[in-house]
Amino acid sequence: MFNYLLRRILYAIPVLLGVNIITFLLFFAVNSPDDMARAYLGQKYVTPSAIQLWKSEHGYDVPMFYNEKASGISKVTNTLFFTKSLTLFTFNFGMSDSGRNISYDIRHRMLPSLAIAVPILLLGLLTNITMALLLIFFRQTYVEVGGAILCVILMSISSLFYIIAGQFILAKVFHWVPISGYQSGLDAVKFVILPVIVGVITGIGMGTRWYRTLFLEEQYKDYVRTARAKGLSQQRILLTHVLKNAMIPILTGLVVIIPSLFLGSLLLESFFGIPGLGSYTIDAITRQDFAIVRAMVFLGSVLYIVGLILTDISYTLVDPRVRLGSSQAGS
Amino acid sequence: MTTILSCENLSVSLMLAGERYPVLNQLDFQLQPGKTFAIVGESGCGKSIMALALNQLLPPNAAYQENSAIFLGEEDLLLCSDVQMQTIRGKRIGMVFQEPMTALNPVFTIGQQLTEIFNAHHVHAEQSLQQHLIELLKQVGISDPVRCLRQYPHELSGGMKQRVVIAMAIALKPDILIADEPTTALDVTIQAQILDLLRSLQVRYGMAILLISHDLGVVSQMADDVAVMYAGQFVEQGPTQLLIRDPKHPYTQQLLAAIPRLDQHDRPLAYISGMVPGLTEPKAACPFANRCPYAWSRCWAEAPLSVEVTPLHRVSCHLYTEDPSMLADLKISEKQESFVVNPASNDHSEIAFSVEDARCYFPIKKGLLQRTVAMVKAVDGVSLCLKKGKTLALVGESGCGKTTLGKALSGLLPLTKGDIRWGANTEVLSATQWIKQVRQQLQMVFQDPFSSLNPRMMISQILSEGLLAHGLMPPKKEQLQLLQGLLDKVGLPQESLQRYPHEFSGGQRQRLSIARALAVNPSILICDEPTSALDVSVQAKILNLLKELQQKDHLAYLFITHDLAVVGYMADEVAVMYLGRIVEYGLREEILKTPKHPYTQALLRAKPMLGEERQLIAPVIGEPPSPIHPPVGCHFAGRCPFVMKQCLSEYPSERSVSATHQVRCFLYSE
Repeated sequence: MFNYLLRRILYAIPVLLGVNIITFLLFFAVNSPDDMARAYLGQKYVTPSAIQLWKSEHGYDVPMFYNEKASGISKVTNTLFFTKSLTLFTFNFGMSDSGRNISYDIRHRMLPSLAIAVPILLLGLLTNITMALLLIFFRQTYVEVGGAILCVILMSISSLFYIIAGQFILAKVFHWVPISGYQSGLDAVKFVILPVIVGVITGIGMGTRWYRTLFLEEQYKDYVRTARAKGLSQQRILLTHVLKNAMIPILTGLVVIIPSLFLGSLLLESFFGIPGLGSYTIDAITRQDFAIVRAMVFLGSVLYIVGLILTDISYTLVDPRVRLGSSQAGS
Repeated sequence: MTTILSCENLSVSLMLAGERYPVLNQLDFQLQPGKTFAIVGESGCGKSIMALALNQLLPPNAAYQENSAIFLGEEDLLLCSDVQMQTIRGKRIGMVFQEPMTALNPVFTIGQQLTEIFNAHHVHAEQSLQQHLIELLKQVGISDPVRCLRQYPHELSGGMKQRVVIAMAIALKPDILIADEPTTALDVTIQAQILDLLRSLQVRYGMAILLISHDLGVVSQMADDVAVMYAGQFVEQGPTQLLIRDPKHPYTQQLLAAIPRLDQHDRPLAYISGMVPGLTEPKAACPFANRCPYAWSRCWAEAPLSVEVTPLHRVSCHLYTEDPSMLADLKISEKQESFVVNPASNDHSEIAFSVEDARCYFPIKKGLLQRTVAMVKAVDGVSLCLKKGKTLALVGESGCGKTTLGKALSGLLPLTKGDIRWGANTEVLSATQWIKQVRQQLQMVFQDPFSSLNPRMMISQILSEGLLAHGLMPPKKEQLQLLQGLLDKVGLPQESLQRYPHEFSGGQRQRLSIARALAVNPSILICDEPTSALDVSVQAKILNLLKELQQKDHLAYLFITHDLAVVGYMADEVAVMYLGRIVEYGLREEILKTPKHPYTQALLRAKPMLGEERQLIAPVIGEPPSPIHPPVGCHFAGRCPFVMKQCLSEYPSERSVSATHQVRCFLYSE
């Protein structure tokens, strides 16, 4: 297990390096420092000297990969690639083009993002699994038909509708929660409730239908037949045998979500005015602040790799057939 | 005799695409304590549905028909609610399923899965539950029950899993045990052990066993009474030995005739034409009419009633409802095949290819740097010689390396080591030379015809793919003729070219696999268990076809199989393999009539044969050792009834019994 994790972490290094190089090339080839300077200075003030000044202020006045003018080790270190891209590995994200400390921003915006993403994930999982189990339990009754129709309806409605309807009904008509905004500390709860409700409802249709398929697939496996032949009740079979087996594919599905937990929900954060990482990224894109975008891309890939490793570990918890590290004889 | 369970008029229908189709039709039978009632029939006859029907475990689209009744004692099970049934399932009716690999839940330990039964039925053992479970596992022959309770299903072998499934079924000492093909997925020596176990448990607890099987050999060894099922009906029913000795229904007669026997090398196998009708296909009044050689107009118009031909022996066939004079004219004869098996020629045929000291090792990697820590020696020093126009059968149980060897010889897996010579040449071919020759000259027919043909390709594409790859495709106008010729050879209609594999039955698909292999005009065919996925009547047709093709084209066959009866029909020479090595090699007669190695003897004894009185006692104990850590001495020593001191320390070298017969066993040293 330990060896396996160590190997996975070592594998992650070349992957991240690749991500790093590719994002660097994409951003700097498409948009050279000169272009950035022009965009920032605006039409009026574009003079060669102003561009030069902007570049030196923001540290863009060095060559891309190799600095001939420098001496010794700084021939390599005093370059754009090293200062702007490789330093991401130390999670030192540097200054944004608009002059803010990116690391500081990320630290402060992570919490609001997690405050709505984690409850959405957990409550969503709970609701979807419960709904799916109910649909299976009431198989071939009107409950199942009704539930299936409800799922399709929920799936077909745009999430924008839920946001606006939620804000209108709960905030505007009943004044139970504020329409949007955020406060730190315990006060956050009242701002978080509505986005979480909307987030969970948005996911119910798709999630329930997917989990229902997973459960149904397990339901027809031989071991379920064995369990029934043993005289176990339907509830018991669903809640122990089927659920534990279906958790294996469910967990796989969750990995994809882990990076987005931290990076925030773009839509929800913008609509509810939550100062999380999602709205941070969107703002950076609209302001063409590529230092932030690069940092977020890098952070995303790190989180994705962590997510994959976490899934592998969680497999060993639910599936005794999976043993990390001891690979079988190849054939 | 007391009756514990009695089925009356049991009829079940299945809802498919909005229509109801009968799957079980008016079944009547009784189960008695301490007796075994068996149901035989080909796949698709409704045997498994019937097992589920007794326990009300039918799929949701199935429904019982009116007038059906299942009496367990005085109680009609069909009037019980599902909650009431839960108290009966597992407690009064235990079930053993066909596939031990999937019958257990992979994510719970054996202990958890056993405990569940006691909890569900609120049964509290006298001793502690743990102690009780250990006793239970001991009863089903598990040697280390304490460890087993903590293990997960994937840590057990197939035979062990089936023992656990049986332990679950008998945990609460049920009155009735339903065993649905309990040994079909197991090797023959393990099958013998499991059948012995079922029988001893039956004696101990006086259970009634309902045994469902397609294997008449197993049935004849196990059952007191048997019913032959066809298209959801019992066509014949009676005491086992009587029915097997004197079958009345044409279906039973043909089913029995289709089973290859050890001494049947010179006659083609009898077979049943046509196949089991699908559920949705229209049937004649007698469902067997369209395959029956004696069918006449009445069979299509009127369903035959069940008549008692001799006491207790009932049959549903118009042959026996007419006046007896009719029977005299309808002499029951074996079906005539279109070809005649040539008498075996003993002259030395030309060698097609030979391999010496073939080895296939697979590394086991471990640790941070994935270093090789051990080798799985799947094939460990095997020498074979294939002759033109002859069949060499490679026999062994699963895991012995026979499939690996077949794949390695055809270039699908790399040989770690081995000298291959083509024909009678003395020159050893290098791996690349071998592959070049092999690709065309040596073709494979695989075990599972359902997954070995690409479902997205038309038959014409499947057949011509090999031709294209080898540049053997003739000019356009001759192509169609060539492909149709191939289909003709394997007995398929010519319009098959424009169809897809799923439109064919299992037997037809295996014909297609053979046609695909023959397309590139090979001189050697490696057949890897080509009939083990097929019903016995279909198997007979495929084996006949293979034999006919061999005679016509002078092909050399390497025939990989676990079934010694098939060997008796197909083989000229036999190699018996155990844990990667050949333990005995000889002519067919030598191996089947005078087997020398204790393993070969065990294989022959373990195969349940028809008509023999019940005498099955598992010839060997235990299971094959792991090929990762094989025993130091003879690999078979741990299971051998004749084991000597010498066997534990060194591997026996090859000894000649005759010029053609070699064996590796210390029993035969001077």
